[in-house]
Amino acid sequence: MTAACPACATMPDDPVAEGGLQISLPTIHCAACMSGVEQALNRVNGVISARVNLGLKRVRIVTAPGVGAADCIAALRAAGYDALELDTAALGVEADATGRTLLVAIGVSGFAMMNVMLLSVSVWSGASDATRDMFHLISAMIALPAIAWAGQPFYHSAWAALRAGRLNMEVPISLALILAACMSLYETINNGDHAYFDAALSLTFFLLIGRYLDHRTRIAARSAARELAALEPSRADRVVGAGIETVPLAQVALGDILSIPAGMRVPVDGIVTRGQSSLDRGFVTGESAPVLADVGDDLVAGEVNLTGALEMRVTAVGEDTTLRRMAALVEVAENARNKYSGLADRAAAVYAPLVHLLAGVALVGWWLYSGDLRLSLNIAIAVLIITCPCALGLAVPAVSTAASGRLFRQGILLKNATALERLAEVDCVVFDKTGTLTDGRASAQAGLSREELSVLKALALASSHPVARGLLAGLPGDVVPAPLDALEEISGNGVRATWNGTPVALGRGAWLGAIGNPILKIGDATCPLATGEQMRLGVVEAVRGLKAAGIDTMLLTGDTSAAAHRIAAKAGIVAVQADMRPEGKVAVLEQLRAQGKKVLMVGDGLNDTPALASAFVSMAPASAMDVARVVSDMVLLNPDIAVLPDAIHLARRAKKRIVENFVTAALYNVVAVPLALAGFCTPLMAALAMSTSSISVLANALRVRA
Amino acid sequence: MNILIVLVPISLGLGVMWLGWFLWALKSDQFEDLEGDANRILFGDDDAPKP
Repeated sequence: MTAACPACATMPDDPVAEGGLQISLPTIHCAACMSGVEQALNRVNGVISARVNLGLKRVRIVTAPGVGAADCIAALRAAGYDALELDTAALGVEADATGRTLLVAIGVSGFAMMNVMLLSVSVWSGASDATRDMFHLISAMIALPAIAWAGQPFYHSAWAALRAGRLNMEVPISLALILAACMSLYETINNGDHAYFDAALSLTFFLLIGRYLDHRTRIAARSAARELAALEPSRADRVVGAGIETVPLAQVALGDILSIPAGMRVPVDGIVTRGQSSLDRGFVTGESAPVLADVGDDLVAGEVNLTGALEMRVTAVGEDTTLRRMAALVEVAENARNKYSGLADRAAAVYAPLVHLLAGVALVGWWLYSGDLRLSLNIAIAVLIITCPCALGLAVPAVSTAASGRLFRQGILLKNATALERLAEVDCVVFDKTGTLTDGRASAQAGLSREELSVLKALALASSHPVARGLLAGLPGDVVPAPLDALEEISGNGVRATWNGTPVALGRGAWLGAIGNPILKIGDATCPLATGEQMRLGVVEAVRGLKAAGIDTMLLTGDTSAAAHRIAAKAGIVAVQADMRPEGKVAVLEQLRAQGKKVLMVGDGLNDTPALASAFVSMAPASAMDVARVVSDMVLLNPDIAVLPDAIHLARRAKKRIVENFVTAALYNVVAVPLALAGFCTPLMAALAMSTSSISVLANALRVRA
Repeated sequence: MNILIVLVPISLGLGVMWLGWFLWALKSDQFEDLEGDANRILFGDDDAPKP
């Protein structure tokens, strides 16, 4: 690609991308947030400049050498903004060469269109003879290079389609542009009345806008998807001799010994060689209860080590891991799904041959009737220009840009171009349980005094263990952490400290000499804590909203029947199937498909991945495993799932707008095509029809935002 | 109609100037965060442009 190379050359010159930090700010949404973040960062020592990008919900910081992300994140958290560091390497370079080229092309065609239009208006309002010819000549000098250069995206795409023996929307566009330019040049040289330079240029201009909107939606989704990947640095701790080195996951080889501290996710498949611990297998199997692991037990990538430190020997890397076994199932399912063609493709399949047919009929018909080739060619070109899918090219991208922008503000990221259209057709939603309907928060603690709660909060804050984080998230927000001294984390056991001279601890029952898990110990008194699963925010509202919209709901889980029914009852879901294996979930989805249902699958784990790929449309929460997010059409960035019914409603409205846009575009054609066929069409009429239809389509698309 | 000899080049010159400004704005990253820029006008404090 030649277009990508100028950008490659300029990349190393960008000092911000080189030395800058990038921090994701998932909660910012307004001007106050922006200035708050920038002011908070500017007060940090060593920060040279900080600039928020609200569209990407991200801040770019240039710091003096040696100043790390930790200080900035601490400052942001203190100011009340949620902040997550992004791995700059995984984020990649942001340069969007295609978008830039499209914008320059829009600028050039816009400049040319305005100037040529100025000259054309003089011709339409009566300039004649030598003046008209001179204006046409100046128009030609501006228009020909502009059309040749700015129309390139269309020529490339049309040529690619023709070589593959297909017709796409770009073929009639390119044909109209090239023929109109050549014919108008011929007319100009021979002192003709009509030149279509302005029409050819406004066609290029409007269609490039459609192209750019389309491209922007895609690039926004892609860069956000990369951001999700960057949130989870892919590194592993390898044991070398007596020490530990941190290496990128790609460098881990078979037989390496890896160290898995408590709280870390197992990066590859392997066998435990040292240590004892319990594992959270929720992501892999959907089970919510921890499983014990001892020397010789198998570990699967994706499991989370909960209590003790483990060492493991790697038995499979890359292509051979359990992930790959799922991938086989996923590939089959994805092939089936890619056959869905969007509304734009379906319209193009009908429209492109029809346009060519009409222009051909006009040419042959008029030639036979009048015997004048020049007149017949002029009429055929008028037909091509009038029918050219100017509004059609805007119909889909304008609506999906408006709709996906609104969904993004609600916390839903569309990753797939046709996801919006498919979401609109959904009539059944299938949920996974662990991690989707439930989250890591522990249930509220009963029977603890205010003081005990504040000690618990202070202890839980000191630990990065998932159980401690779950307890923390389950505590009421207004509890103030107690002041503690001599805080110490005992790996694999828990946290201990002193509180006003009293020894306090939070940790495993066996370690604290009590029964139950986990235990809070204050002085000599012990008290077992509740850790049951808690529902994700908004589940009840989401299920209620879906029912009101006439959409069925269902729960499919790999967990036990009892756990599944308890959560289903709380959520208000009637149809429940528990103890499902990944193949079983796919089979259930197949059954639903056979009944003619269009299923939205919402899931987060490795065990959901084949089901996510085989569903009609799929969604994964941002907390889901990498693979699950990759195969999903949408990612739910918002922790609150109550936006789901709204999203489906919005998708339905967007689809309605798209259809309306097609109808509007078709209506203009119904009026204008007979006129063009009859030979009454002038360049002025072509310009009017084109701009009014494009503007009405854009205005209709904007209604989605309201 | 001799005035055209002056007016047509002027109008073309204005167009070229506009195109040049647009390309300059594009090159200096002024279209990177339209949503953010729309909100920046609401900042209450003194905000100086990037040096």
